[in-house]
Amino acid sequence: MDDYITMQVARYRPEDEDEPTFEEYEVPCHKEWVVLDGLNYIKDQLDGTLSFRWSCRMGICGSCGMTVNGEPKLTCAAFLTDYAPGPVRLEPMENFPVVRDLVVEMTDFMEKLTTIKPWIVRDEERPLAEGEYRQTPEELSKYKQYSMCINCMLCYAACPVYGLDPEFLGPAAIALAQRYNLDSRDQGSAERLDLLSLHEGIWACTFVGECTKVCPKDVDPAGAIQRYKLDAALTSLKDFLLPWGAR
Amino acid sequence: MTASHDVVLVGGGGAGLRAAIAIAEINPRLRIAVVSKVYPMRSHTVSAEGGAAAVISEDDSLDEHAYDTISGGDWMCDQDAVEAFVTEAPQELLRLEHWGCPWSRTPEGRVAVRSFGGMKNKRTWFAADKTGFHMLHTLFQTSLKYTSVVRYDEWFVTKLLIDDGRVQGVVAIELMSGKIQPILAKAVILCTGGCGRLFPFTTNASIKNGDGMALAYSAGAPLKDMEFVQYHPTGLPFTGILITEAARSEGGWLVNKDGYRYLQDYDLGTPEPKPVLRSMELGPRDRLSQAFIKEVEKGRAIDGPYGAVVHLDLRHLGSKVIDAKIPFVRELCRKYQNIDPVTEMIPVRPVIHYIMGGVHTDIDGATPLAGLYAAGEVACVSINGANRLGSNSLTELLVFGARAGRAAAEYASSQPDPNSSLLAQAEDEERRLERDFLHKTDGVERPATIRTEMQETMEQATGIYRSGEELTEAADRLRELQGRFRNVAVQDSSRTFNTELTTVLELSSMLDVAESIVHSALRREESRGAHQRTDFTDRDDERFLAHSLIYRNSDGSSRVEYLPVTITRWPPGERVYGR
Repeated sequence: MDDYITMQVARYRPEDEDEPTFEEYEVPCHKEWVVLDGLNYIKDQLDGTLSFRWSCRMGICGSCGMTVNGEPKLTCAAFLTDYAPGPVRLEPMENFPVVRDLVVEMTDFMEKLTTIKPWIVRDEERPLAEGEYRQTPEELSKYKQYSMCINCMLCYAACPVYGLDPEFLGPAAIALAQRYNLDSRDQGSAERLDLLSLHEGIWACTFVGECTKVCPKDVDPAGAIQRYKLDAALTSLKDFLLPWGAR
Repeated sequence: MTASHDVVLVGGGGAGLRAAIAIAEINPRLRIAVVSKVYPMRSHTVSAEGGAAAVISEDDSLDEHAYDTISGGDWMCDQDAVEAFVTEAPQELLRLEHWGCPWSRTPEGRVAVRSFGGMKNKRTWFAADKTGFHMLHTLFQTSLKYTSVVRYDEWFVTKLLIDDGRVQGVVAIELMSGKIQPILAKAVILCTGGCGRLFPFTTNASIKNGDGMALAYSAGAPLKDMEFVQYHPTGLPFTGILITEAARSEGGWLVNKDGYRYLQDYDLGTPEPKPVLRSMELGPRDRLSQAFIKEVEKGRAIDGPYGAVVHLDLRHLGSKVIDAKIPFVRELCRKYQNIDPVTEMIPVRPVIHYIMGGVHTDIDGATPLAGLYAAGEVACVSINGANRLGSNSLTELLVFGARAGRAAAEYASSQPDPNSSLLAQAEDEERRLERDFLHKTDGVERPATIRTEMQETMEQATGIYRSGEELTEAADRLRELQGRFRNVAVQDSSRTFNTELTTVLELSSMLDVAESIVHSALRREESRGAHQRTDFTDRDDERFLAHSLIYRNSDGSSRVEYLPVTITRWPPGERVYGR
């Protein structure tokens, strides 16, 4: 007989209740099962009304972030047996409005994403006929890490600053800005720096470093933010010393 | 006020975003909407690993890419479409380079290419082994700079709106609010991807339910070549997580329980220590998956807790090559299988990965229904024929996404505004969704039970080898499941993010698409590419060098017609690998 584990799942149905409650479900605790498999077992076999997001089940689509026993996690990469004998407590990610059950609203992030101009900015576009931009493996490695973000939002859920100040651009958006700034094909870093130097840009970060700890893809947003602050400080120092412009 | 656009894209993956950008660039005045049931960066393009094919080296040629594709597809590809595809492929990948895609590079800074199954030259561009992820994020982020593109994120399309013989929009549910409303358009492009979830064991994400195929099919458009379903030879047991073909192009070996590279017994060449193009582990996916079944029959596979497996051996590559070229393989094996490919062999078995068939389109993505276009896996142009070569599909998203975008833009520019009578149709659709699902209280069938039975039926009847007998049984079984579906129970009657409703709507699509596959497979009495019949073991060019087109009749039954394959310069011949 299989072992079972108790999952305590946050439920919130805004049409019926004013605040979240918890429901308990018993699910099989197979060796290969991740927390997400437990949730799907609940949805398929026990309670079809439970809502959560998921898609790829291989840690690349970024859909299934939740709070598992108090920690932000991708539920497709969190094995049930690691929580045995249980219970496993499932809640929506923190710092976001809850839409329903384990589903949070992330429109704020989607809007912030556009503001950092996450695309290659060029004074002049290179014609296709001239072939590719040369970029050595060393140049690629300068930004590669910051290009690995899957937008799973775990870093926002872990970020105490975002929790207090929703205006803060947040770890993933800043890391993505840095991804383009450090790309040898891009010429938009000055535009992005102006934008990010604003209060809600980079300065709000107090370097707690929780974002880097919870990142499932080793993007190191905290490092990106620190580096950005340094660049911004140097730029404003240069502006002060060399007001006729050397940047 | 009713939402109205010039072009609506259903689906925000690689094909949809490429199409959106193409339209925005051609005519910035066109109002474009991307309607997707998930945020675009969640789309399944994200999971593609190995790479995207396009001729770039001086010692390669477009004709060779075309020949590899056509022979790989067992001569079911339309050769005019393949020629357009290989010709436009390099510029499309280059454009993505200009948009910032982090392609892996040579030491000199040129774009690097790797070998891939069934390809005679190295022409697969790659971004380590997260190529689809990087392509999708590059496309999505680039799309953000076009202000004429608006998005309907997490809107689920339930119906195409048709009036006067023209598709003029969709009805969709906004998941967050539960609002059901029409989104009108002069042209609609389906970019919803494939349908791997019809099967119990698949690399496909949970969102791959054939939604777009079912939308088109219900609206009267034919589905083409649906019998051709691809098994990828190397999936992890239980999860079905894909281990990319790039693992073999970097030098990985497939071995049986005796440590023997068994592919040499299946007319795929002789084993060499280093990978040889179009040979052994770099043979095409259909032949490798068939060889696996034969090994199991000979008792030379390895018994595992989730059925028979063989081993993919990467140990001789060493950690340096693995970490540089296929780091995601190592990450996935460690995280999901608890093994390290640097020191251990990876258990693998064939897994449902892709469907060559799809909504019938011409070379510009146009379907026979005016105003309706399709691109990407949902469509069948066809460049993939009876068996797709690895790394052609990511390129296909770009080439045919752009083509469909351009064609739809031109069409939409000449059309009048959508007809207001469509609003009545949209109200009917809302009433249908309420009556059949949201307000229904007397259903008894659990959706997951029907889904599981459908998946078992499909695996049994439309696997790597098929027979008329099993297909006939499956057709009966699916008809019964369709009947039971009318009695489906929906426990969740709320409007807010009702994922049980979407689950049930997806199941409805899957049942329709499943029937189209089974009926198309039953009618094709030959063996070709991924369609292998134990009762008709040879290829039959006389009768079946033709695409199947399956139509839905008004009574819910179907009919299959045939359309000759377009042959331009490569007459049908033998598929030769490793000799």
